[in-house]
Amino acid sequence: MWDYTDKVKEFFLNPKNIGEIDNPDAVGEVGSIICGDALRLTLKVDKETNRIIDARFQTFGCASAIASSSALTELIKGKTLDEALQISNQDIADFLGGLPKEKMHCSVMGREALEAAINNYKGIPTVVEEEGRVVCQCFNVTEEKIRKVAMENHLTTVDDITNYTKAGGGCGECKSEIEAILRDIWLIKKPEKLTKQKKLTNLQKIALIQEIIEKEIRPALQSDGGDIEIIDIEGNKVVIAMRGMCTGCVMSGVTIDSIQNKLREFVGEEITVEVQ
Amino acid sequence: MNTIYLDNNATTKVAPEVIEEMIPYLSIFYGNPSSMHTFGGQLLKKIEEAREKVALLIGADPEEIIFTSGGTESDNTAIFSAAELYPTKKHIITTRVEHPAVRNFCKHLARRGYRITFLPVNNQGQLNIDDLLKAIDDDTLLVSVMFANNEVGNIFPIQEIGEILRERHILFHTDAVQAVGKIPIDLKKLPVDMLSLSGHKLHAPKGIGVLYIRKGTRFFPYIRGGHQEKGRRAGTENVPSIIGLGKACELAIQNINIEYNYISKLRDKLETSLIKLCPDVRINGDPQNRLPNTTNLSFEYIEGEAILLRMNEYGICASSGSACTSGSLEPSHVLRAMGVPFTAIHGSIRFSLSRYNTEEEIDKVIEILPGIVNDLRLLSPFGRDRLIRKH
Ligand code: FES
Repeated sequence: MWDYTDKVKEFFLNPKNIGEIDNPDAVGEVGSIICGDALRLTLKVDKETNRIIDARFQTFGCASAIASSSALTELIKGKTLDEALQISNQDIADFLGGLPKEKMHCSVMGREALEAAINNYKGIPTVVEEEGRVVCQCFNVTEEKIRKVAMENHLTTVDDITNYTKAGGGCGECKSEIEAILRDIWLIKKPEKLTKQKKLTNLQKIALIQEIIEKEIRPALQSDGGDIEIIDIEGNKVVIAMRGMCTGCVMSGVTIDSIQNKLREFVGEEITVEVQ
Repeated sequence: MNTIYLDNNATTKVAPEVIEEMIPYLSIFYGNPSSMHTFGGQLLKKIEEAREKVALLIGADPEEIIFTSGGTESDNTAIFSAAELYPTKKHIITTRVEHPAVRNFCKHLARRGYRITFLPVNNQGQLNIDDLLKAIDDDTLLVSVMFANNEVGNIFPIQEIGEILRERHILFHTDAVQAVGKIPIDLKKLPVDMLSLSGHKLHAPKGIGVLYIRKGTRFFPYIRGGHQEKGRRAGTENVPSIIGLGKACELAIQNINIEYNYISKLRDKLETSLIKLCPDVRINGDPQNRLPNTTNLSFEYIEGEAILLRMNEYGICASSGSACTSGSLEPSHVLRAMGVPFTAIHGSIRFSLSRYNTEEEIDKVIEILPGIVNDLRLLSPFGRDRLIRKH
């Protein structure tokens, strides 16, 4: 049995704001009965202030899907549409005191329904999920959604993606594609949290190299079953060792180049990477 | 709050008589049966007595019984043994609705170069014998078909399959974990070479099971080490549990017919009442040909985990084939193999009864569940009308 928090249980057993608003100003519908969860969110919006005066939901799904939907309605009531859009799936999960990681997709569904409803209100046609390139056939998940959820939640492994989107949780055939998408996001995307630094002391340089390798490089490699280890940092020379799937990988030259490029970009042009 | 336990295909309560029988072997007689001294050595006799009781329940010879750690080990051992002994044959036939203990072991062999045929079932969960006949070829080493399905209770035509295989000299294993103790089984008449059973499905403890191997069937041990079980399964015997299983089998022999009637009557009452009280419910499986204790119902438009958790508030225990109850995201492979529509799989609930259930308990479920179903349906965006509109 899942380890649900008391708040999840409370919102599941006594959900707030259930049902449908008559003549709603906005409707957001996501999910499908085939995939096992679906949410229909209806909103009443004050036209003058753009404030959500009422929100109701109908959910087909498990306890955490029902609790997440109910939590969402509580979170958005009284907020302006712009304020509501600031609410992330993590906020929904946090409001409930957390969700089991395998159930995070329930909170993502809440966030999606909110976006769909607000788009509907603004008259923006919702980008129907099926329109993107479907990566996971089992759960009809597009590349776009995988990228979005990965970036928003800093997800680095295929398991994370499965927990947050269900993609990869069925036959598993799409897993290698998800891996490729993750690799693409985390090796090419510029790290958000690190800013380029100038004139580093030796100690600062070592610390920065370590940080970039730990935060930006290793997770992507690990998601692929590989890994590297820093053996030594000698002036501008970074000596690493390949581990796991990276050992003897035919693509290791490419991997080393991309590590070197990343370090050059963020630490200094003079950095070289060597394999032990 | 009293627990109403309707999840006996998952596990059963250990019978009080079984516990009583076991206690001395957990406390006073703790010896090792392999020891030279009487304190341990005398336990061998008790193990043999238990073996006789198990054999009696399934119409076997005591020497055809090997004690294992449970159903999974028995299933794995049977398939492993066949594969080891006939290494030139590389084809195994099984079904799409097997327990993971068979299914995943076969998948493992598939990665080792074996060809596995997973026989389909129809929408009532029954096999088509023609499919089996078509699948058999010169390379076929083993057929493994469960006796009764754990999720819907379907009973498979083991006699008929066994006869076909005997003629063709193909090994036949059946996972009878759900059947033993619930329906009469007589291996003297049943052409089966290997059969698995598990203690905790028939009111013995967890962690004890049996692999039956018909005399004359070649066997290759899976667990190796000491000489226990005549070298067929190494490891110090789980004496208290073996004795407990013996007692559980003795109780099953005494009660099997009485229970069949008693339990199936309760099950039928539960099923017909729920169907009457809740609209849009379907029975999954073959109502004519199933275990007396099992019913699998789909409540359309709502999801199984939600139903289970609401029932849990009243102390009612059942299980669901919905994906949300397990770590995996895939709903029950059994219901999918049967072609149950997704709309119904997600809302499937399995009730499995035992002799310890009472009519009052069933009445309580009948009183409470329709309200829960109604409540959750009010919460659901799908109703009959909307679904029709959408498709
Ligand atoms: S295609 Fe993604 S799990 Fe099957």
